[in-house]
Amino acid sequence: MPYPADRKYTKEHEWIQVNGNAATVGITDYAQESLGDIVFVETPKVGAELTAGKTFGTVESVKAVSDLFAPATGTVTEVNTDLATSPEKVNKDAHGSWMLKMTLKNPGELDGLLSAADYEKFVAEEAGH
Amino acid sequence: MSSVQAPAIRKTALNAVHRQMGAKMVEFNGWDMPVEYPASVGCGIVNEHMAVRTGVGIFDVSHMGDIRLAGPEALAAVQHISMNDASKLAIGQAQYSALLYPQGTFVDDVIVHRLAEDEYLLVINAGTREKDFNWVRDNTPQFDCKVENLSDAFTQIAIQGPKAVNLLQKLTDADLSNVKFYWATRGKLCGLPNILMGRTGYTAEDGFEIYIPADEQTSARVWNDVLAAGKQFGVLPCGLGARNTLRLEGRLPLYGHEISDTINVWEAGLDRFCKMEKTELVGREALEKTKAAGVKRTLVGLEMVERGIARDDYKVQDESGREIGYVTSGSPAPFLKKNIALAYVPAEHSVVGTKVKVEIRGQGVGAVVVPTPFYRRPKKA
Repeated sequence: MPYPADRKYTKEHEWIQVNGNAATVGITDYAQESLGDIVFVETPKVGAELTAGKTFGTVESVKAVSDLFAPATGTVTEVNTDLATSPEKVNKDAHGSWMLKMTLKNPGELDGLLSAADYEKFVAEEAGH
Repeated sequence: MSSVQAPAIRKTALNAVHRQMGAKMVEFNGWDMPVEYPASVGCGIVNEHMAVRTGVGIFDVSHMGDIRLAGPEALAAVQHISMNDASKLAIGQAQYSALLYPQGTFVDDVIVHRLAEDEYLLVINAGTREKDFNWVRDNTPQFDCKVENLSDAFTQIAIQGPKAVNLLQKLTDADLSNVKFYWATRGKLCGLPNILMGRTGYTAEDGFEIYIPADEQTSARVWNDVLAAGKQFGVLPCGLGARNTLRLEGRLPLYGHEISDTINVWEAGLDRFCKMEKTELVGREALEKTKAAGVKRTLVGLEMVERGIARDDYKVQDESGREIGYVTSGSPAPFLKKNIALAYVPAEHSVVGTKVKVEIRGQGVGAVVVPTPFYRRPKKA
């Protein structure tokens, strides 16, 4: 699965796509594959403040509960309510199934995240263990 | 923490086959086992679960153990150490039972097969293999009966689902239509002579468990033959993930969850498998006392009525938010498409229809006590 080069990635397996001060956040294909059948996505409400590196929600598969970690600091402007009723969409298209949109407090924060190529290397190592 | 080094993780004879198929592997009770097979071949817990409910699925359950008791007093030994009445077993018949501590709590739950006049086979759990064997051996020296640990002698494959009988019949000369649920037969299977095939399982579905020689080559050959023979029925290989959701829908207990060394027979609701009228039974005195004193907590089924998934060890609260018990097993139920759980709660909260809450990430989420099993397989037309 190729990782789109139009966004950045975290080691906790979220992606973030930035457009000026606005950003869209989801989880990676590697994350959905590790989780298996996703049955539950819980995101914060519009207006919630996120802090980079802190949990902002939960994704659950049949087998496992996994925290979602904010890739950046900022304010939630929109959540993908579609995933509350159709969480399996994340399995089908993780990079197309965004979870929330936010305005960034400090876009410079994203410099510390992984590029698509670096993330791909990172998961290849993780999968090899 | 103990400074004793953890023993090396154990592998079944099919380990390489699972890895080759791309299964996601996890450690389970000291064993490296497949939790699910890849979505790329149509698997994943939900699909595997559905295959067993609607067609057929196969599981490597070789991590389970086997204890053979044989000799003139084998029946007396089995009666002494297991709670069901093994004297009712005809040759070829099996029963669900359990090994109890003198306190009336569980060493393990087992399936007891009567293989011959004076020969019994106890099928035991993976995590309790050594404990069970030592327990059986140490509690039966007074009987003229040999106790053998055959756990490593077999590769055990479970073939489960409404089409399991059709699949297995293609591979054996034994007439499976004559084998009733919880009976076993022997026959030629995939060219192997005298193979034990029990109509048993852990999925709340019809099915068989077969016991073949544990060498890797034979195990892989039979596994692949079973998959090939099942192609026309849409067979899927299934991992421990589906095994857990299937048994949960059927309210089948899992050791360390619904039953353990601190939970007694009455609490677990397994009364009908415990024959108190037997002359000899380890644990009977304690069970008489606990029954007379009144059972304080009981295992109930819960269904989530608000959005949220109950998981193992989550707290159960009454409607006011007071903690009253805990979840032993909780999961989405793929066939029922509900979020279900088994939980221990005080007797006064155990009535069907009682509203409770499950604490999920600090929030009390609404649930209700429902009848169990959550799923019962349809009667054959």
